[in-house]
Amino acid sequence: MSPLTSHKIAYNDGMKILVIEDDREAADYMQKAFAEAGHTAHVAGDGDSGFALADAAEYDVLVVDRMLPRRDGLSVIAGLRSRGNTTPVLILSALGEVDDRVTGLRAGGDDYLTKPYAFSELLARVEVLNRRAPARESETLYRVGDLEIDRLSHTVRRASQEIILQPREYRLLEYLMRHAGQVVTRTMLLENVWDYHFDPQTNVIDVHISRLRGKIEKGFEKPILHTIRGAGYMLKAG
Amino acid sequence: MAFRLPAIMKTTAARLSALYLLLFALCAVLLVFYMTSLSARMLLAQTQETINEEVQGLARAYQRGGIPVLVRVVEQRSRQPGANLYLLADPNGQILSGNVESIQPGVLQREGWTELPFSYERYGEAAGRRQPSAAAAAPETETLTEVGHNAIAVVLRLPNQMILMVGRDLGEPERFRSVIQRSLMLALGMMGFGGLLIWYFVGRRALKHIDSVSVASRRIMAGDLSGRLPVTGAGDEFDRLSENLNTMLARIAHLNDGLKQVSDNIAHDLKTPLTRLRNRAEAALSGKKTGADYREALEGTIAESDQLIRTFNAILMISRLEAGYSAESLDKVDLAAVVHDVVELYEPVAEELGVGFEATVAGPVVVNGNRELIAQALSNVIDNAIKYSAGSVEKPHVGVTLNRDGDEIRLQVADNGLGIPDEGDRARATERFVRLEKSRSQPGSGLGLSLAKAVMTYHNGRLDLLPGNPGLSVLMGFPGSKDD
Repeated sequence: MSPLTSHKIAYNDGMKILVIEDDREAADYMQKAFAEAGHTAHVAGDGDSGFALADAAEYDVLVVDRMLPRRDGLSVIAGLRSRGNTTPVLILSALGEVDDRVTGLRAGGDDYLTKPYAFSELLARVEVLNRRAPARESETLYRVGDLEIDRLSHTVRRASQEIILQPREYRLLEYLMRHAGQVVTRTMLLENVWDYHFDPQTNVIDVHISRLRGKIEKGFEKPILHTIRGAGYMLKAG
Repeated sequence: MAFRLPAIMKTTAARLSALYLLLFALCAVLLVFYMTSLSARMLLAQTQETINEEVQGLARAYQRGGIPVLVRVVEQRSRQPGANLYLLADPNGQILSGNVESIQPGVLQREGWTELPFSYERYGEAAGRRQPSAAAAAPETETLTEVGHNAIAVVLRLPNQMILMVGRDLGEPERFRSVIQRSLMLALGMMGFGGLLIWYFVGRRALKHIDSVSVASRRIMAGDLSGRLPVTGAGDEFDRLSENLNTMLARIAHLNDGLKQVSDNIAHDLKTPLTRLRNRAEAALSGKKTGADYREALEGTIAESDQLIRTFNAILMISRLEAGYSAESLDKVDLAAVVHDVVELYEPVAEELGVGFEATVAGPVVVNGNRELIAQALSNVIDNAIKYSAGSVEKPHVGVTLNRDGDEIRLQVADNGLGIPDEGDRARATERFVRLEKSRSQPGSGLGLSLAKAVMTYHNGRLDLLPGNPGLSVLMGFPGSKDD
């Protein structure tokens, strides 16, 4: 869609992020941490100025706290959406009930993260939301290094060698390949591959990943499914 | 007793009795007034009718023989005991015949019915007052007034201008009225007295009740949450109120106990990971360390705090569920699909730990619920089953079954591990932070089963721990009607 699509990796460099958060300390920390990850973050301290900034400038992702002074976060999002602004929004909230999540997403949010959260989780989600990220939904063939999946025939090949996967393993790999080169957290996998938002007590996802890894890496020289310590996983060639 | 009176005046009972007393008195006065005036009118009409009959009789006598016969008849009737009043006078009003000695002036000058009762005196009465022995001459006129009696009469003028008056004493209606008046006074007096009596006793009873309730509630307010309001056993409204308040107090005490236990448990169980966290940070700072060491220490710290956050989230969720949550999040959920998903999610974990794991699900089973919460509860139960059966027996196995038993939809997770042999322990296992001694070595917050139980309670269902054969069987029962 965007002219940057062809620059495979470049799109994730230097995102422009607007953080609408009234907690000064948290906002400063986010700004610094986003900068360290190579992004530029602007901060708005209340709903009104946040809305004005988001409306005036082009951002790649908005991070909106749900409870804001002057104008509620959900109302900011609804206002932007009604003005045709489609910038992806990640909602931050201290409210963590299932309903809150649903109402947040219904108001026009694209993702929902409950406080307290790990910054690595926030960063991973924001990078996946990036407006300039290529829309790979419609592509029928995903390829990372010598690994490829055909989304029409549901076949998986590595170095031309077919790999048989269970349906869930296939969906897991499909999601990882769609976001190849990006960090994908365990909760993101649970949400997107299993469609659940609860907290499994044991790290069940890790076991699924190691199973998948066994199938796509065993007998091949190079590892392709990497564990990012303290964050999650990343599918990356080389 | 006397010092309590002002307090009694202030009770609702007293106010109500005063109001009722006033209303009844008003009604009684109105009723009596209406009755007296009605009966007085009736008596008057009767009197007038009697007079009319007399007049007709006298008229016939006059027609028969003129004045002489009339005079004779008048004289004759006048002498009868209890006679009416008869008077024959010349055109100037000079009394000629009859049984009336004197009459209120002016009465004879007007023809027709006298408009107002008038006073008169019979023959012999003036003398009777002077000579008491003569009082018998007029037995029907007991002394009502000293000056004479009241009567009504009709005055006629005969063709020869003489005046004929026929009347009747009003003694009887007046006596009747006085009787009514006296009984009215008596009734009012008795009502007042009765009202005061009821007022006093009812008020005192209410006060006694309320005083005892006040004393009890002061004791409870002072911190004794085990105190209860007195119930007399009379089954009246005070008892019902006290019983309801007592139920409320029991609920509050229960919640308070839960709160106290949770805060104790939080303090106790979170102290361990917090101490660990602190030690880890301290250890990282001491001695010579490389960058990798710091990194490792920090990662450990983060993992530890994540576990803490998890525990807090679970506590928060349990209390929200117990507070009732919001009913809007309930939807039609296919339990079979949830079971399939969660079993699929845990299957690799079970395999890795060498635990046989299988699910038997009949077909789609739809309940009213929250998919996420049910999945969370089931995953907690399965997680426990796998964790506690793994390595405890030779061939560990966990089986999940979903079926319908009458009106209940039963989701059961059974393992063949060591189970919880003691019934008391089984009952305690779902309480918050309870980790039975044997499980202390296993990782976990001790909130898994409590959260699952809270989820089931939230769904109007139940979570019971049953002895397996061997092992432990966790039964999650959802209410379900057959036509679902």
